[in-house]
Amino acid sequence: MKTVGILALQGDFEAHRKAVEAAGGRAVEVRTAAGLDQIGGLILPGGESTTMLRLIHAEGLFEPLQRFGRGRPVFGTCAGAILLASRVTHPEQESFGLMDIEVERNGYGRQLDSRVVRLPLEDGLRERAGGDDGLEAVFIRAPIIRETGAGVRVLARYLGDPVLVEQGLHLAATFHPELTRDHRLHRLFLAKI
Amino acid sequence: MFLDDAFRLKAGLAEMLKGGVIMDVTNAEQALIAEKAGAAAVMALERVPADIRKEGGVARMAPIRKIREIMQAVSIPVMAKARIGHFMEARILEALEVDYIDESEVLTPADEEHHIDKRAFKVPFVCGARNLGEALRRIGEGAAMIRTKGEAGSGNIVEAVRHMRTIQKEMKQLTVLGKEELMAEAKRHQAPFELVEYVAAHGKLPVPNFSAGGIATPADAALVMQLGAEAVFVGSGIFKSEDPEARARAIVKAATYYNDPAKLLEASEELGMAMPGLDVSKLAESELLQTRGW
Repeated sequence: MKTVGILALQGDFEAHRKAVEAAGGRAVEVRTAAGLDQIGGLILPGGESTTMLRLIHAEGLFEPLQRFGRGRPVFGTCAGAILLASRVTHPEQESFGLMDIEVERNGYGRQLDSRVVRLPLEDGLRERAGGDDGLEAVFIRAPIIRETGAGVRVLARYLGDPVLVEQGLHLAATFHPELTRDHRLHRLFLAKI
Repeated sequence: MFLDDAFRLKAGLAEMLKGGVIMDVTNAEQALIAEKAGAAAVMALERVPADIRKEGGVARMAPIRKIREIMQAVSIPVMAKARIGHFMEARILEALEVDYIDESEVLTPADEEHHIDKRAFKVPFVCGARNLGEALRRIGEGAAMIRTKGEAGSGNIVEAVRHMRTIQKEMKQLTVLGKEELMAEAKRHQAPFELVEYVAAHGKLPVPNFSAGGIATPADAALVMQLGAEAVFVGSGIFKSEDPEARARAIVKAATYYNDPAKLLEASEELGMAMPGLDVSKLAESELLQTRGW
């Protein structure tokens, strides 16, 4: 069985654990650099990216996490997508630079602008994800992907902006597939390990 | 009701705060200190509970100018408190677009019988509770997050422990009962039947359950997390201590590493004096904040 680590410093790591298990993987919570040794892929969950960054630095995890991502798959949702980006704005903050995307924090506004929408699957994702049903996307104080580099594939869009992107081993969603009963994206990630 | 999209978004933001610390702040400067220390959210209020307790008088929603300053200063979610039953304070906070409203016993209640109809709002609410019945009544009214009340402004963890243990125990008891026993339990807890059924089936509340009221040290935060809290609110504990910045960082670390004594030791090193504490058992009934709410 494939083992997925979930960065469990802060945020909805428990929801990701359930989603990984429902998708047929084994999930372990990662809070230290040593925790990275026993996993095949890593999920950076939703939560507050500033809180995660603060703990990542305080615990000396920045470099180990970045090194992990240079060789193995990482899936980031919402705050996790912000951490994966090469550039973050509103306000500017540090990130791992593992994906060639520019992300604007709280791009839609505050909590009152949070929303649940149904997204059609772009060609290519339909076959890989399985099933024609659109994705239910839960956006909570979500970021917006403003720029994508040449190597980045857009797998789903909302209001014209990319909301699910893939580059090599990595996957980033600005919404929260872990808060739904649709586990196709977690299965897609497991297939990358 | 739990499954409608509006409610999922409300409880969804609470999911994002799990494992984190929500810190009381009274101005933009404190909010920035909190954010830099790793707070997952801040709670805007006029005075921290320890000062409300000391100064007395009517405690109301914070001045709008202060809340707006705080919202402009930080990128993390901003919550604000409204008085119990004061649905117009809540409407104003919603119009201001705060991210969460705390219908809080720390402020002076506006209604001694009724809480706010929280389902009527788009903004999510958190409410305090001392036991399972109170928690389920608040969820029935539409709260998307529960925090155990503890005794705000006391610097004493004993009430937070009592309330968390009570709720956890009452939830466990429901899980071993037969279906035919649940209506009697709903009557005993004075709680909506459907919510009693939910807890009996799942062993937990249908919304995140956080802890508040008396957390002053990293050890206090770790203790309530061990007892089942999914995140912590710290009120007076940070800005009434000798070393707010260091203490805020230490409590953030403790909420993450609550299961790792070596990390908790690191978090507890080199802290100055915590806020002064109160012996809650010596307080008169009329001085308790936790008994507000019905």
